[in-house]
Amino acid sequence: MIVHIPHPDLPPPSTSTGIIGWLRSNLFSSPANSLLTLFALYLLYHFIPPILNWTLLDANWVGSTKDACTNDGACWVFIKVRFHQFMFGFYPSSEYWRAILAFILIGLLILYLLIDRTPKKSWVAAFTVLIFPIIAFFLFYGGFGLPVVETYKWGGLMLTLILSTIGMFFALPFGIILALARRSSMPIPRALSILFIELWRGVPLITVLFMSSVMLPLFMPEELRIDKLLRALIGISLFQSAYMAEVVRSGLQALPKGQSEAADALGLGYWQAIFLIILPQALKTVIPGIVNTFIELFKDTTLVLIIGLFDLLAIIQAAFTDPKWLGFSVEGYVFAGLLYWIFCFSMSQYSQHLERKLHTGHTN
Amino acid sequence: MTPTKQPIPKTAWWNNARNRALLFQALLICAVVGFFAYIANNTMHNLEQRGIATGFSFLKQKAGFGIIQTLIPYTEANTYGRTFVVGLLNTILVSVLGIICATILGFIVGVARLSSNWLVSKMAAVYIETFRNLPLLLQIFFWYFAVLRTLPSPKQSLHIGERFFLNIRGAYLPRPIFEDGFGWVTATLVFVALCILFLKLWANKRQEETGQQFPVLLTSLGLLVSLPTIAYFAAGAPLQWELPALKGFNFQGGITVIPELAALLIALTVYTASLIAEIVRSGILSVSHGQTEAASALGLRPGKTLRLVIIPQAMRVIIPQMTSQYLNLVKNSSLATAIGYPDLVSVFAGTTLNQAGQAIEIIAMTMAVYLTISLTISYFMNWYNARSMMKER
Amino acid sequence: MKKLSFIVVAVFLMISASLAAASTLEEVQKRGELQCGVSTGLPGFSATDEKGNWKGLDVDGCKAIAAAVLGDAGKVKYIPLNAKERFTALQSGEIDVLVRGTTWTLTRDTSLGLNFAGVNYYDGQGFMVSKKLGVKSAKELDGAAICIQAGTTSELNLADYFTQNKMKYEPVVFDSHDQTIKGFEAGRCDVLTSDQSQLYGLRTHLPNPADAVLLPEIISKEPLGPVVRQGDDGWFNIVRWSFFAMVNAEDLGVTSKNIDTLKKTDNPNIRRLLGLEGIKGKSLGLADDWAYQIIKQVGNYSETFERNVGMDSPLKIKRGLNALWSKGGIQYAPPMR
Repeated sequence: MIVHIPHPDLPPPSTSTGIIGWLRSNLFSSPANSLLTLFALYLLYHFIPPILNWTLLDANWVGSTKDACTNDGACWVFIKVRFHQFMFGFYPSSEYWRAILAFILIGLLILYLLIDRTPKKSWVAAFTVLIFPIIAFFLFYGGFGLPVVETYKWGGLMLTLILSTIGMFFALPFGIILALARRSSMPIPRALSILFIELWRGVPLITVLFMSSVMLPLFMPEELRIDKLLRALIGISLFQSAYMAEVVRSGLQALPKGQSEAADALGLGYWQAIFLIILPQALKTVIPGIVNTFIELFKDTTLVLIIGLFDLLAIIQAAFTDPKWLGFSVEGYVFAGLLYWIFCFSMSQYSQHLERKLHTGHTN
Repeated sequence: MTPTKQPIPKTAWWNNARNRALLFQALLICAVVGFFAYIANNTMHNLEQRGIATGFSFLKQKAGFGIIQTLIPYTEANTYGRTFVVGLLNTILVSVLGIICATILGFIVGVARLSSNWLVSKMAAVYIETFRNLPLLLQIFFWYFAVLRTLPSPKQSLHIGERFFLNIRGAYLPRPIFEDGFGWVTATLVFVALCILFLKLWANKRQEETGQQFPVLLTSLGLLVSLPTIAYFAAGAPLQWELPALKGFNFQGGITVIPELAALLIALTVYTASLIAEIVRSGILSVSHGQTEAASALGLRPGKTLRLVIIPQAMRVIIPQMTSQYLNLVKNSSLATAIGYPDLVSVFAGTTLNQAGQAIEIIAMTMAVYLTISLTISYFMNWYNARSMMKER
Repeated sequence: MKKLSFIVVAVFLMISASLAAASTLEEVQKRGELQCGVSTGLPGFSATDEKGNWKGLDVDGCKAIAAAVLGDAGKVKYIPLNAKERFTALQSGEIDVLVRGTTWTLTRDTSLGLNFAGVNYYDGQGFMVSKKLGVKSAKELDGAAICIQAGTTSELNLADYFTQNKMKYEPVVFDSHDQTIKGFEAGRCDVLTSDQSQLYGLRTHLPNPADAVLLPEIISKEPLGPVVRQGDDGWFNIVRWSFFAMVNAEDLGVTSKNIDTLKKTDNPNIRRLLGLEGIKGKSLGLADDWAYQIIKQVGNYSETFERNVGMDSPLKIKRGLNALWSKGGIQYAPPMR
């Protein structure tokens, strides 16, 4: 019997494997593509080395005065000297630990909530939402033996984080209420909710901030003075809740009607159905959307500089006018950009990760 | 067993769902009305107490301040009402330019992101991830204070011939001056446009009936170039250019693009394009691969596949998201106030508010304008969206 | 949509009235702190030093009021405001008094609902140009690009001046002093215009102050002074007389240094100023030694002038119009009796 032994396969031609193969299929697959590649390489050659030189190789890192800057590259000494101010604004340096502690705490709490399958999640969540804000307030503002730090001294990255997290903190519940109202069968809550949402979504945040900083005091009785920061926060929260409402609404809409019908069939009342059946499912699907809104809010907090609050960007901008440190605006903007970018990029990566995790099946 | 007739249990009226809904809504209305009445009450009291003028008569007062860029004639002698219009037009100008540029750049980057060329695709990815994760205001500041501030002074302007100049005060371009007889050229252009429209309709009809195609694009281009050119020379070349020239401190004449506009436009374009690119990418990816394969099977070339099969379907996904980006761009143009581009917020809600001091009226007018623009754009886009929806059979 | 915008406007303009308010004095005393609106940074008038302390002529104005009302010049909360937000901050009650180089005009006195309590600096609008341009007079500025702060009287004066002289200009507006001087420095504009005192101050912010010159023309009257809200005359009097006390002190030769020795004087004018006899503080609702506290803690007008903007400062501004009436100027305070 003749056994047919197939000849072992020949290796693929060397031009289609390894580095050459990869280059051929990814960079030089056609004449047009080759041209494009060459053009892209030229661009990179033109831009990357000067940028590297300026930011790293020729940059000044050590020193504490302007004399340390050689002007060949970036002078990061400028950032170093003012680093604390950029982080905390005019917060007294002896009290920095309070702000740092508050941020570490909230960071740990959020981390705990985000990790899968940690025990007693609902208790921790309740603590984060109900108790922690009070603790954070006393840490930042003072009281209970801690010296009071007035809000006009708050600034820098600290203020940016405070504005965005508190804005979010209020926007979420309010947004949920608005979204429920918009999908309600009662005409009046629906109309009011639509009016509210479309009004805030139709105007720029700047005008909202103007309104809250200029007009809010006119709306309130004279004895009531609202702090400038608080006014900005009210504006941001109202504005943000309109966007949040639309995100939540998309989650509510995506939920099959069977869910609420099943809840009805089980004899659950409206609020029971909402809190036990509808919201948990709807919110879960819109977590990426919520994170994205948070990123937008985080970027938008820069606008408070127009109403005279010293957030990260504003305080860096203010540092440019120091007569002793004239001409370092590029360094300042690059530093601010880097910080914002790290925050936004990591959050958006997280939201994409969630999206992939929650997206089970049905893709094209 | 005989079925016992059970009486329907009598429920209290407040346990009736309909009554409850009515009651709740009545309470809600009371709360809302009460809230606004409270605010209005406080406001009136405060305004009166502090002697702040009210009403819209300030719009007729003389403004008395200059504005650097005006699309309509404006002098210091004009009214506050006119500053409103000037600001509004400037907002519209930067928004329209921004929408056009961002759409073009966004489409290019979005398609580049999907390129089979690894390097091009990665560069597009870096572009997208960089700019969409930076606050727009930071980008505006960067372009204005860090980049455009490095341009030379008017005397050392960068220039192309004696026509185009670029310096720290702006970019200066020749301004076309239309003389008598240019009307003929315009008329020809309109005529050609009509011709092209009819040609397109006719070609479509013929293709549906006979399957034969007609090179509409080439013909149209030919018409568009040749006829107006002939008309232009026939009318005796009725077009002059006013060239910018350095007189005294600054360039005079020509069209000036002020750096504030340039910085705002660049920042808006670059930022919005990074968002549009992602939308375009997801739109194209949403078209099932089977469509491409079917198109290849039918023998369509890749270019035609993209143009006739992929893009029209991708548009359905792209358009709604694009609408919200356009709306955001219009709203974001209000950041102009941070660098002094004379848009509505800067001129009207800024300078005019400060000179006239009537915060409530001015902010309300400003907000109403943005609301109107937003609602108009979304109405228009909804209409377009409905038109391009899938025709289900 | 029409409906929407209508509702928005209607909501903002809804009408009615009531409520009564506590006086500003009571409020300040209850709070234990004076909320004083100052500029976001103008050397010599209101600016922070390296340690973050506020210094300047306007800041001393705030301190004087705090010393009179609370007995402690340090109990001031400074609220930096740009030109655009200053009046609304005052109208809305965010600040008790605005001491921010604000020009006294008819409109501001009437339709903005403000009251000017005095003039702590007589100023006029001038022009600053780069020396390189070789410009000698403002009349040569036809076609120039001019940096200016948005929402100021300077913006209006500038327009008037150029219209009158049939010249053209390009207004480049910025939100803050800092931005205007940076724009000037970068060459975005040929000319920087503002009140002269501010030009002196801003010039020190240039990398090389000697490169810029001030033109001789003064195109406006700019009486700068502290501003309060209308409708609280008691508070208005306190702010006004806090300033007058400083001018009177200079007039009488009372300084922060000699004030304690002068307590024993029998000059009735000085005794009245120090609250030792006469009407004292009661009519203002203040402690009897209110003026003593001002002069002891802040100094008389001459002291604060020289320290902040005069010869003892980098600005080196001459007294000029701001000298006492008896020395060729127009600073004049009504008698305290």
